[in-house]
Amino acid sequence: MPKESLNSAEVRDMMLAVADKIIEAEPILSEADRQLGDGDHGIGMERGMNAVKEKLTSEEPDDIGKVFMNTGMAMMSSMGGASGAIFGTVFRAGGKAIKGCEAFTAAEAATFFQAACEGVKERGGAKPGDKTMVDSLQPAAEKAAEVTDQPLPAAMAAIADAAEAGKEASKDMIATMGRAKTLGEKSVGKADAGACSVAIIVATMRDFVA
Amino acid sequence: MSVQKKLINDPLKVADELVEGLIEAYNGEVRMVGTRSVVKNSIPDGKVALLVGGGSGHEPIYHGLVGRNLADGAACGDIFAAPPPNIVFEATEAVNKGNGVLYLYGNYAGDVMNFDIGAEMAEDEDIDVRTVLIADDVCSAPPTEKDKRRGIAGLVPIVKIVGAASQKAPNLDELEKVAKKAVLETRSVGVSMSPGSIPATGKPTFEIEADKIGLGMGIHGEPGVGEIPMSTADELTPQMLDMIIEDFEKDDDVEALKEGDDIVLIVNSLGATTMMELLICLRKAKDYFNSRGINIHDVVVGPLVTCQEMTGISFSVTRVDDVLKKFWNMPCQSLCYTKMTGRYGDLS
Repeated sequence: MPKESLNSAEVRDMMLAVADKIIEAEPILSEADRQLGDGDHGIGMERGMNAVKEKLTSEEPDDIGKVFMNTGMAMMSSMGGASGAIFGTVFRAGGKAIKGCEAFTAAEAATFFQAACEGVKERGGAKPGDKTMVDSLQPAAEKAAEVTDQPLPAAMAAIADAAEAGKEASKDMIATMGRAKTLGEKSVGKADAGACSVAIIVATMRDFVA
Repeated sequence: MSVQKKLINDPLKVADELVEGLIEAYNGEVRMVGTRSVVKNSIPDGKVALLVGGGSGHEPIYHGLVGRNLADGAACGDIFAAPPPNIVFEATEAVNKGNGVLYLYGNYAGDVMNFDIGAEMAEDEDIDVRTVLIADDVCSAPPTEKDKRRGIAGLVPIVKIVGAASQKAPNLDELEKVAKKAVLETRSVGVSMSPGSIPATGKPTFEIEADKIGLGMGIHGEPGVGEIPMSTADELTPQMLDMIIEDFEKDDDVEALKEGDDIVLIVNSLGATTMMELLICLRKAKDYFNSRGINIHDVVVGPLVTCQEMTGISFSVTRVDDVLKKFWNMPCQSLCYTKMTGRYGDLS
């Protein structure tokens, strides 16, 4: 049954689904990172998402923004590393921007993704084209801003397509940030592990509302 | 490739369990604080505090550099991952004695982001924090972009010098100055012959052909800047040291290393490379510097900054003038590095 809007309990259930999906994808994410970095991205994300599940099931989801912020805080404090700071910032900054909202619709999704993307760029200094997770998150945020008048399932489908296309486009980019930058042109042909995580997160959100 | 045999328990608890053991190894000198920080028990009131930290899995650093005349505390991350901001903050609160805290750690994106968020949390509590990044790996960026360089084994002489300086530093400004100078005068080059593996997955962090050496390989197993054919100790050692000398020459911010200069030389194993090999390389390094009239003031040899069972070696050079030499010569004691007074351990 497609969902036109989500309440706080449904947002929590969506994030629990995201957590399960990321945990399941650990070997894929670790392998992606092993091609370009040190190969621990999947492990870190798995640890973060286990902490998210513990946090989100331990308290009543009274506010949609807070569900996302709790997700971010749980990731940040359990993961460490660049991934912890970056993915923690995605949900903390995104959640903060929609704190107090009554329902999660395409409009809130747009606000969420834009704030998340700005927060990440400010914290990590990455620009589009640097072959980082921003290359998946930024197209998702831009698409989200274009589809605010659509029903949530259609909007999330468009946002997920943009995130996936962004991840694919990162394959052709040369890494200039993080541990992959020493690879230079050797980094071409492989997708950034963080961009893979973003694509999985957004696709799971799409599947949840579909 | 077969999976490395590692004596561990739950792969996800490796960092927590190793830090528990580390605390025990200190015989009561340090304690565990918060989630995973190692903090000295006796930090005098009013001392300018020195906090180090980074990912675990590179033992004996960073947590092994907490000690007498060394760091006051370490914020410990998971294996190869920066410590999260809450751990940085917990460590900061614990080492703070009212005169500010200097953060001194390796220049990695994850560490910078997490320490910065930790510093923001500390500033909310009115704790004065300053950061100096260790960026000694000459292979990771040209001299004109030193702010992009990674921190590798040069962190040992840097933390040694700054730890000594912190004992008497009147304020955070003065300690920051010493730290910046120590960083500027320290340069390293590393190579790797085979990878270490991630404890949680058992997988190697990179691949390299059996007859190749990765030049400029990072301590997390980041691929190097190039591969060269497998070599001998006597061929490789001058090749690596040339890169350090050239870097001092090319960098407008420092003078070239010249005849009459005093240096501290670190010969580091990345984990599996043996003391035998390090000593053979040191023998060649001695000839190298002697022939240039550069005086090796002191040498440290051993596995100090490691990446599990990675085979590889790195050389670090810190040029010490009278000021830095004074700090270097002070005795110190920690799990990673212990030094008696003076060059020969003279106890008088």
